[in-house]
Amino acid sequence: MKEIVVLSGKGGTGKTSIVASFAALAQSKVLADCDVDAADLYLLLQPQVQEEKEFWSGQVAFIDKEKCIECEICQDICRFGAIENYVVDPISCEGCSFCYQVCPVDAITMRESMVGHWFISDTSYGALVHARLGIAEENSGKLVALVRQNAKLIAEKQNLDYIISDGPPGIGCPVISSLSGASLALLVTEPTLSGIHDLERVIAVCRHFGIPTLVCINKYDINEENTHQIENYCYKEGIEVAAKIPFDNVVTEAIVHGLPVVEYSEGKLTQEIRSLWQYIACALE
Amino acid sequence: MVISIASGKGGTGKTLVATSLALALSGKSKVQLLDCDVEEPNAHIFLHSTINQSQPVFLPIPKVDETKCTYCGKCAEVCAYNAIAVVKEKVLIFPELCHGCGACSYLCPESAITEEGKEIGIVERGNSGNIDFIQGKLNIGEIAAPHLIKKVKRYIEPTSEVIIDVSPGTSCPVVEAVKDSDFCLLVTEPTPFGLNDLSLAVEVTRKLGIPCGVVINRDEAGDEKVERYCHEQDIPILLKIPLDREIAELYSKGIPLIEGIPAWRNSFLELFQEIQQNVSASQVAK
Repeated sequence: MKEIVVLSGKGGTGKTSIVASFAALAQSKVLADCDVDAADLYLLLQPQVQEEKEFWSGQVAFIDKEKCIECEICQDICRFGAIENYVVDPISCEGCSFCYQVCPVDAITMRESMVGHWFISDTSYGALVHARLGIAEENSGKLVALVRQNAKLIAEKQNLDYIISDGPPGIGCPVISSLSGASLALLVTEPTLSGIHDLERVIAVCRHFGIPTLVCINKYDINEENTHQIENYCYKEGIEVAAKIPFDNVVTEAIVHGLPVVEYSEGKLTQEIRSLWQYIACALE
Repeated sequence: MVISIASGKGGTGKTLVATSLALALSGKSKVQLLDCDVEEPNAHIFLHSTINQSQPVFLPIPKVDETKCTYCGKCAEVCAYNAIAVVKEKVLIFPELCHGCGACSYLCPESAITEEGKEIGIVERGNSGNIDFIQGKLNIGEIAAPHLIKKVKRYIEPTSEVIIDVSPGTSCPVVEAVKDSDFCLLVTEPTPFGLNDLSLAVEVTRKLGIPCGVVINRDEAGDEKVERYCHEQDIPILLKIPLDREIAELYSKGIPLIEGIPAWRNSFLELFQEIQQNVSASQVAK
């Protein structure tokens, strides 16, 4: 079983459209949407939810006004600035429980909070594990780990060849949680200066965690000079550019129709994504 | 006034809007641009800023003096993040899990724990023309983006017009960057992805009690549902930027929209006026 995670550094480069296309092209796979803050893969795969589970994680401090003697110790020691006038701001509270430990009159309790949901769904392309983090909640890294863990269980139980994950943008906590221990990272970039800058940072993260990496340049014809620059950079870094996908508004049309683009159009773009998937399947053999 | 520029979905044009808005205002008032997308800060590409201050940011991580430690296990017991463990006569510290709350060192009965700073990133300050530019840059492999964002926001000067470029998403780094702003501008695109992530971002601003407005980028590339949503939810659409090859090419070269096509300058000044009106209206409502 091989796990492919699609990342990009910069957002909006086309990760989800590519993952949805792989869902239609690959045999024997389970899909995972690891972008739990802004999960969009379900919009293209039209899942039927089979199991819905609550995600309880993280604690928030609560001060009992009746017991509080307003000694201010909790306000002084909280490094997250979460306590003001003896009231905890649940958004700023990081659940460290330092205040709970030091309160001299036991006026503080730590309360578990339900911060999201996760789902196992059926799609016409196979099982999908996805999640929805509550608005403005923390612990997206833990929820990502839970999504991956369950995708892996399904892959093992059904003896599937691939786990294909749609990763979050950036290089921080949820990205690291999506990436660690994966078989391959496919980095989708675009030929803009921002795309190049962000690609370099996400390549460094993949290298830091020792994950084999391939690059795909999306909308490569928007700026061919920048595309050459990306190719040169990857060559120097010893990373293969597995595909160059042209700009085509069919990608947006497919999103509007709620379909993977390879199911929506038979043009050049679809051919490129097909050969990209073949390239990845070969690279993983 | 502090205006944060967020989106939910990545790649909708936050940085394009943030840089053009800052440049449009910079001839008229004192302007600060804070790049709080500390995982992937890109505003500097458009602003060609010269950096003249660079400050590393540290997270305090426990350090145990084993000559004082009695291996009582109190530190491991109080750590909510499992970042410290006591195994027989050894204390193990996992810096990547530590939030730097300080509970272990404060509560250690033997005062055996001190803290040492672990560098998690840097805050850089410089200028681009009249713009006071500040950005945070998270080190590779680090997770404490919110801590770094807090440090970037310490540079806010209340007498300036402050523009904050926010990371995509709806979780802790976004909340940290957006909170305490006077207005949040949400940049989206007219597709089901744009709509889904916009509606999540709107929820964040509502939870934080911050008035918001929308910029639709790549207008007419997709469908009408974003506009319909904004009308239903009574969220003002303050600017539309069309799907246009010239705009995409300027962006790809790192050229700010209002420099590449100066006719846009007025649109951004009008955008700012509309934001001001919205902020005063919501203050009256409060």
